Order: sequence, then C-alpha cells, then structure tokens
Amino acid sequence: MSQQLETFYYDNKIVRNFAYATITWSLVAFLIGIWAALEMVWPWFNLGLEYTTFGRMRPLHTNAAIFAFVGNGIYMGVYYSLQRLLKTRMYSDLLGKIHFWGWQLIIVSAAISLPLGYTSGKEYAELEWPIDIAIAVIWIVFGINMFMTILKRRESHLYVAIWFYIATWVTVTVLHIGNNLEIPFSLMKSYPVFAGVQDALVQWWYGHNAVAFFLTTPYLGLMYYFMPKAANRPVYSYRLSIIHFWALIFIYIWAGPHHLLYTALPDWAQTLGMVFSIMLIAPSWGGMLNGLLTLRGAWDKVSEDPILKFMVVAVTAYGMATFEGPMMSIKAVNAISHYTDWTIAHVHIGTLGWNGFLTFGILYWLLPRIFKTKLYSVKLANQHFWIGTLGILFYAVPLYWAGFTQSLMWKEFTPEGTLAYGNFLDTVTQILPMYALRAFGGILYITGAIMMTYNLIRTVRSGELEANEAAQAPAIVQHATDGHWHRWIEQRPIQMLVGSLVVIMIGGLVEIIPTFLVSSNVPMISTVTPYTPLELHGRDIYIKEGCYVCHSQMIRPFRSETERYGEYSKAGEFIYDRPFQWGSKRTGPDLHRVGGKYPHSWHYNHMIDPTSMSPGSIMPSYAWLAEKDVDQSSTPAKIRVLQMLNTPYPVGYDKIANKDLMIQAEQITADLKTQGVEIEPQKELIALIAYLQRLGTDIKKAPVVEEK
Amino acid sequence: MNIIFLLIIISVIVALGFLAAFIWAVRSGQYDDDYTPAIRILFDDEPKHNPKKK
Repeated sequence: MSQQLETFYYDNKIVRNFAYATITWSLVAFLIGIWAALEMVWPWFNLGLEYTTFGRMRPLHTNAAIFAFVGNGIYMGVYYSLQRLLKTRMYSDLLGKIHFWGWQLIIVSAAISLPLGYTSGKEYAELEWPIDIAIAVIWIVFGINMFMTILKRRESHLYVAIWFYIATWVTVTVLHIGNNLEIPFSLMKSYPVFAGVQDALVQWWYGHNAVAFFLTTPYLGLMYYFMPKAANRPVYSYRLSIIHFWALIFIYIWAGPHHLLYTALPDWAQTLGMVFSIMLIAPSWGGMLNGLLTLRGAWDKVSEDPILKFMVVAVTAYGMATFEGPMMSIKAVNAISHYTDWTIAHVHIGTLGWNGFLTFGILYWLLPRIFKTKLYSVKLANQHFWIGTLGILFYAVPLYWAGFTQSLMWKEFTPEGTLAYGNFLDTVTQILPMYALRAFGGILYITGAIMMTYNLIRTVRSGELEANEAAQAPAIVQHATDGHWHRWIEQRPIQMLVGSLVVIMIGGLVEIIPTFLVSSNVPMISTVTPYTPLELHGRDIYIKEGCYVCHSQMIRPFRSETERYGEYSKAGEFIYDRPFQWGSKRTGPDLHRVGGKYPHSWHYNHMIDPTSMSPGSIMPSYAWLAEKDVDQSSTPAKIRVLQMLNTPYPVGYDKIANKDLMIQAEQITADLKTQGVEIEPQKELIALIAYLQRLGTDIKKAPVVEEK
Repeated sequence: MNIIFLLIIISVIVALGFLAAFIWAVRSGQYDDDYTPAIRILFDDEPKHNPKKK
C-alpha cells in the first residue's frame, strides 16, 4: 500500500502565548512569595493593609505558583509536544485561544478576589464558586482540544508523555469538581456540601492529588518529551517509562489521607494513606532514574549545556521530594514534621526544583526553536542555573532547620514534667533568622528568573516566530477510512463542549446525591450545637482573613499538645464546620480550645495590636475589624443554605437570626465595657471574638458524651 | 464517615477507567514495540521540499 505524504502545520503561536504567560506569572508568583516571606519576619510588610496580610497573600502565592506559573507551563509543553508526538496540528485553533485567554482571565480574577478576601478557605482550592465553574469550563475546553487532537493523529502509537497528559486531565477534572461542591449564598460566597472531618477528607484527597496530578504527572510527561529532545538521545528505557506511568497513577490517588495523620480521621484510613504513600517510592524513583539515565554517556554535554543542567537538577529534586514525601507519610515522622516548616521546605523542593527548573529548561530549549534563532546568551543561562540552585538551597535548608527546631521545642518537657517552652511565641522567635534566610533564598531565585526573562526577550527579538511550522508525515491507515464514530463530533467543537459539560454534570450529581441520602455516622456529641448567627459571621471573617493559614484547629493526641492546648480534638466536634478549618501549619498556636481561655478584652487588644498582648508576635494588626460592620443582610441567606445542608436551625430561623445576633453582640460589648473597651456591637471584631470564644467549648458544656 | 466510602468508590471508578485504558493499550498493540517510539520522537518532520507557509 502506498502511503501518501501529507503536509501540515504545527501551531507555534499558541505555544508562544503560553510561554509568555508562564514567564510573566512566574515572576508574579515569586514576587508574592517573597513578599509573603518577608511578612513572616517583619509583619509590617503588609503596609497595614487588609489586602496584603499573610493570610491573604499566601493563598495568592500558592494559587499563582500552581495554577498560573505551572499551569501555563503545562499548557506550553503540552501544546508543543502533543502536536509533534501525534504529527498533527492541534484540533482547533479557536479552542486553543479560548483556553489561553480563559485561563489568563481566571488567573486575573483570582488575583483580584483573593486579596479582597473571597476565599472558600480550603488550601489550593481557595477560589470561590463562580471562578470554580470557569476553571471547569476552560479545563474541559482544554480536554476537548487535547482528545480531539489525539483522535486525528497521524501516529498510532501514543508516546508515554501523552498518557501522562491524559491521566492529568481526567483526574484533575474529578478532583476539582469533587472538592468544590458548594452551595452559594451570595454572588461570591458559598458553603461546602461536606462538613468537618468529611470536608477535611475530601479536601486532602483533592489537595494531595493536586500535587500529584497538577504538579507531577503533567511534568513527568514533559520530562519524557523534552529531556530526550534536549539531550538528543532516547529515554533510557521506554519499557520502564510505561511501567512508571501505570504504577504511578494506580497508587497516587490513594495517598491523600497522609495529610491527616493523627487527626480525627479514622485510624484505618490513616494507615491506608500511609501504606500507599510508601509504595509510591517505587514508581517515582523508577521515573527519576529513567530520566537521569537518559543522560548516560552524555554527561559531558551536561557540563556545557545549561538546559540539561536545569533538567538534571529538576529530576534530582523530583527524586528528593518523592523520597521525602513517603518518609513524611510515616506516622512517626509525621508526628514531628506536621504543622512545621518542614512541609513548606518539602513542597518548595518540588515547586522550585522540579517544576521551576524543568520549566526554565523547557523555555530555554523551546523559545529559540520556535523563533528560529539561537539563545541570546548561554553564559547568562548558566548564571541563572547557579543562582537559582543557590536560591533553592537558601530556601530549603533554613526551613528544614526551622521545622526540626520548632517541633522539638514544642515537644520538649522539663524534668518536672511541664512544657519547656510553654509560651508558643518562644518557638517562633527562635526561628525568625531562618525565615529571613528563606526570604533571601527567594530573592536569589527570582533574580535568576529575571535574568532568564531578559535573556529570553533578547532571544525572541533576534528571531521571528514561525507561527505555522510545516511538517510532513504519512496519513495513518485506519484514519483514512471514513465513517468513524467520532468523525461527526470532530467537526463540531461547540456541541462537543456542551455534551462534555452535560456528562461532567451528571458525574457531579452522581457524586452529590449519595451524600444526601446516607446519614452521617460521624460520632455525635450531644452538646455540640450549631453556631449562633454572630459566631457564624465571626467564622466567615476568620476564613476571609485566612487565619487557617497560620493557625490549626486540630489538637493531636500527644501529651505535648494536650498539655499546651487542652483536650485533643474529636471528629464529632466539627459536624457544623463548613468548611473545616483544621489548617496544616502552625505559625501561631492551635486555636481549637482557645474558647474561654482569655477575656474578651484580650482578644480585642490582640486584634488591634498583637504585640500588646504578645510582645514579639509576628501576627499583623487587624485593626480594621473594629471599624467594619458585619454584613447582616447576608445572615438569612447563610442560615437558609446551612438549613438546606441539614444544620438544625429552627424552621423560619433565617428571619429572626439577626435579632439573636444583636443580642449576643450587645452582651459581648457590655462585657468589654466593664473591661474598659468601648466598641459598637455591630463591628466585625465582635463577631470574631464570639467565634473564637466558642471554639472547642462545646464538649465542656456537660460531662456526658453520647455516641450514637 | 460515609464520605470515605464515596471517595473510595470514586477512586475505584477512576482506577477502573485507567485499567480499561491499560487493557486497551496492550490489546491494540500500543506496547508491542517498546523501542522505536523513544527513538522516533527525536526526529523532526521537516518537509523535504520547503512548502510555502500558510
């Protein structure tokens, strides 16, 4: 059979656009990261503004790094490699454009809404419901463009990288929808469908897999394409890469519970998460070795070529992070590492090393190619490599040190049996120099990125974009036959989009309905009651200000914790918590039993100026809470949504809730007055005090604890 | 803790989907040749005669 050679054109414009977006957002993400890092040493770096407190900057930073920087990096690499691996142009230029601009719009809306305090209070899923829907739509557009390109391919074999892309798309779709099931009570705010321990489980099932399927699998796909291309030699073992892929995706999705070790999650689930996490070492290291061994016999090239240097460090960082991760999932290790900066150091080995350096390597390799020119300065790229590597070291090493130091201080007892560092603040001021070094590491890292930006601008200017790059390949035999079921839909991207949306929505409903049909069997505690309207507002302010970013609400059953904070946390205490606010990092002390610990006036003074109550505190002032009024107009809607989610407020309570709210607020202001503080009852600070004073007090109400 | 069973069911469904994909890949001969794909990606498909740009 004679095969006809077909000529077609690769779309390089979309690749260029995503590359530019990657560079731009990388600088933004790093800058916000440094800003946030400086705030941890000098809290006045927020300039006294509510929009720039650490609680709001941290979500901005993580979202920018993950979804803006790495997200665009994924698309850049996928749009470049997919066309070439499948020997075809992307299915639709229009869908590509919608994907590109839609994603940038989502990023901008995140950059506006997060500083304004619109957050769903769940890590890496902070964006509120309208943006969640936009993400789902754009993600589906990307999916259609990818799958249709796969269908019209001229190469029947799907290279391993493509499998990684497919797994990414499928899994992220399920995770994103699953973790963002929420019921809106206003245009920009919602409550999650799940509460307390259930919400925590869904969140970390998502949170872990966001790392697994957004920061890892797509980048492994990129590694399997760009590393062999940059080294100009085939991957060490293609067979191993196939085993790597299938083993990884079958194990990854089960590891989520390792984020909830020693919490109120059932023990068997914790152990399940731990076992699967340890198993993950095998495929992860298989992949890492496969990447490194690709350079067998080419190490002389590595010493000359900055692109390969970046890739080698990236893959090494992947190996380090994927060894460390399973170790941290061992309960005994997690008892030390959890809630400390160890976790932060760990994830930055991943993002700065693995994602960052692989992205830089790809950018240096790819942009000169599509602009038909040479890299402006190899020397400058080498300098970027070294300064970036130093940046990673200066970032991670001090934080490992800080994490160990603080954890050991938390756990240290005197011979008399009391906490050696009873004042939490002592364990914070101890590690501030490490925080300063970390910020310095970040500054080194962004310096490298700025050098890269300059280098790439000069590169791009010296060439011209080949927007449509010609290529030739024979048509695939089976594709020459017409009448395939997908022929009809291939011509109709809009119908395809609508159809996919319907299918995804059916999937979403299938997920939601069972949760309403089955009654929860979380152990009930009879004294745990719903939040009062004032406390509810206070809780939403707690979420809005991002308090969960620095304060946990989950006391683990260790003597060092029960001694410091009080009775350990029980699953039944969180059944009205939408969203759960367990947190994952203790920059400040745990707050689960803070209720009743201090007088109202302490909280008032502490919020106005934290250092007045805790000299040396790195918490910023929240003085604006004493000036802003609680938005009472939203109370009825909030109550109605919670009633819909089975929170037992009396029927018709939404209409009288604000009356209760004012009664409670006036009690607090009257009490504050006796302590010499004058404040109006409708202020946000009063609501926050009401919430904080309620925290963890329910189980103290009556001695009898019933389990149903 | 019904949510845990729900999550397990969803995860199993996803895993089964991947299992089906794996079986398809093996049956359709995707993995019959585990050598040339690694080499093939190294070649660009530049046309022999320079066709005019689009």
